[in-house]
Amino acid sequence: MATSTTQAAIAVAGLEKSYKDVHVLRGVDFEVERGSIFALLGSNGAGKTTIVNILSTLLKHDGGAAAVNGFDVASAAGDVRESISLTGQFAAVDEILTGRENLVLVARLRHLPNPGEIADGLLERFSLTEAGGRRTSTYSGGMRRRLDIAMSLIGNPPVIFLDEPTTGLDPEARLEVWGAVKDLAGAGTTVMLTTQTLDEAEHLADRIAILHEGRIIVNGTLAELKALLPPAKVEYVEKQPTLEDVYFAIVGGGAGGAGKGAATNREELS
Amino acid sequence: MSAYFVSDTNVLLGRSLRHITRSMDTIITTTLMPIAFLLLFVYVFGGAINTGSESYVSYLLPGILVITIASGISYTALRLFQDMQGGIFARFQSMPIARSAMLWSHVLTSLVANMVAVIVVVLVAFAIGFRSGAGVLAWLAVAGILLLLTLALTWIAVIPGLTAKSIDGASAFAYPLIFLPFISSAFVPTDTMPGPLAWFAENQPVTSIVNTLRNLLEQQPVGADIWIALAWCVGILVVAYAVAMAAYRKKTA
Repeated sequence: MATSTTQAAIAVAGLEKSYKDVHVLRGVDFEVERGSIFALLGSNGAGKTTIVNILSTLLKHDGGAAAVNGFDVASAAGDVRESISLTGQFAAVDEILTGRENLVLVARLRHLPNPGEIADGLLERFSLTEAGGRRTSTYSGGMRRRLDIAMSLIGNPPVIFLDEPTTGLDPEARLEVWGAVKDLAGAGTTVMLTTQTLDEAEHLADRIAILHEGRIIVNGTLAELKALLPPAKVEYVEKQPTLEDVYFAIVGGGAGGAGKGAATNREELS
Repeated sequence: MSAYFVSDTNVLLGRSLRHITRSMDTIITTTLMPIAFLLLFVYVFGGAINTGSESYVSYLLPGILVITIASGISYTALRLFQDMQGGIFARFQSMPIARSAMLWSHVLTSLVANMVAVIVVVLVAFAIGFRSGAGVLAWLAVAGILLLLTLALTWIAVIPGLTAKSIDGASAFAYPLIFLPFISSAFVPTDTMPGPLAWFAENQPVTSIVNTLRNLLEQQPVGADIWIALAWCVGILVVAYAVAMAAYRKKTA
């Protein structure tokens, strides 16, 4: 595979897609730098999943161009698939197989020489060693998501897509997933994730783009995005603990990083 | 990439066979209805049906085997549908694997599962008096025709598996297939049926397939029936395969 390090990991220009009469993407442009975390923010039905599916070669686009790891998604789909891993919106694990069997399955499909070792290594890394021999239908939502992400890491693809990785997870599981995503980017993998919450984008992403009515209306760092907001006013408001703060105070896990961030954000906006 | 077709299909076949061995109930339920029909027709209706053959079990068995396969293939639609819904399908499709391996692994699994079901039903038939003096070649021919029929019907099952909107839709298509043998020579000779019905029964695929299987098992000449039966199976296979592949390509457009 000939890849150049100067190229963007993901380059999307003028991307268009319609489903029958619904014009979902109306010219989407953005680039994702190698080794960075890029968050695509948008409401339900904004077309985030459509973009992810086009970039992971599951859908064909109608217009514009998209390249991943330097390969065009239409003309070099095979090379794109060699370069990526997709973690879809619903944890795509095989429920009848055990956690370890799921990992071995993916390793064998990626034609790697030692699937068993890879599986054991990932079970350990994602604290699933004990659960590895159990069928995944017995897993909690957070465990399934962790296994799901572990399956995506097999073969060390340079680009990983995470489509709403924390939707439906409880606060503790969400922090686990955030940790896993940060570790990934730390190791040089490019991560593109979609999310519905600014909070998540704020915690993870180097750059945030907002998809609205088929176009990217804002694309920048968190600081740049905040500069677009009306200037912060200083007001004194009694700060009520959020339900999440209460949860973490009682459960004691995770140190409430999420809750604080959300609260700060609300203050600045008010 | 197609260099990996065999190894990828093999890995995925191992996966779906494991699904079957971990839920043997799918094979058992597949065989329950045909066995119930077998017992019902042999012990309840059989005494009043005059087929002109010596043993009604032997007359009936080929049709029952067709019903076994028709009900068995609906699990392929179900499994494929669940893979689509669960996101596993998307995950595999976004990986560098031979793309058709996904469908072929389900089709091959269907062949294995249906052959197991057919063997179970034949054993039950043996237990209640089915006997055949057919030689090895005739039995091989029977197995070959049943495999070809399973292959053809499984590709039909792939279509709702890929396109169904609900789990009920994914399995409902099998009902007409299960009842088709009733309007054929499977249970009674077609010449007692009223004109238009007899014409339909004589000219639909099940009759030629059932007649061929019956003649092979009863050591009778198969005549032109075997060619008509093979033509039906191959024809259904080609059309179903083409439609299924078109549906498959449409999924990624």
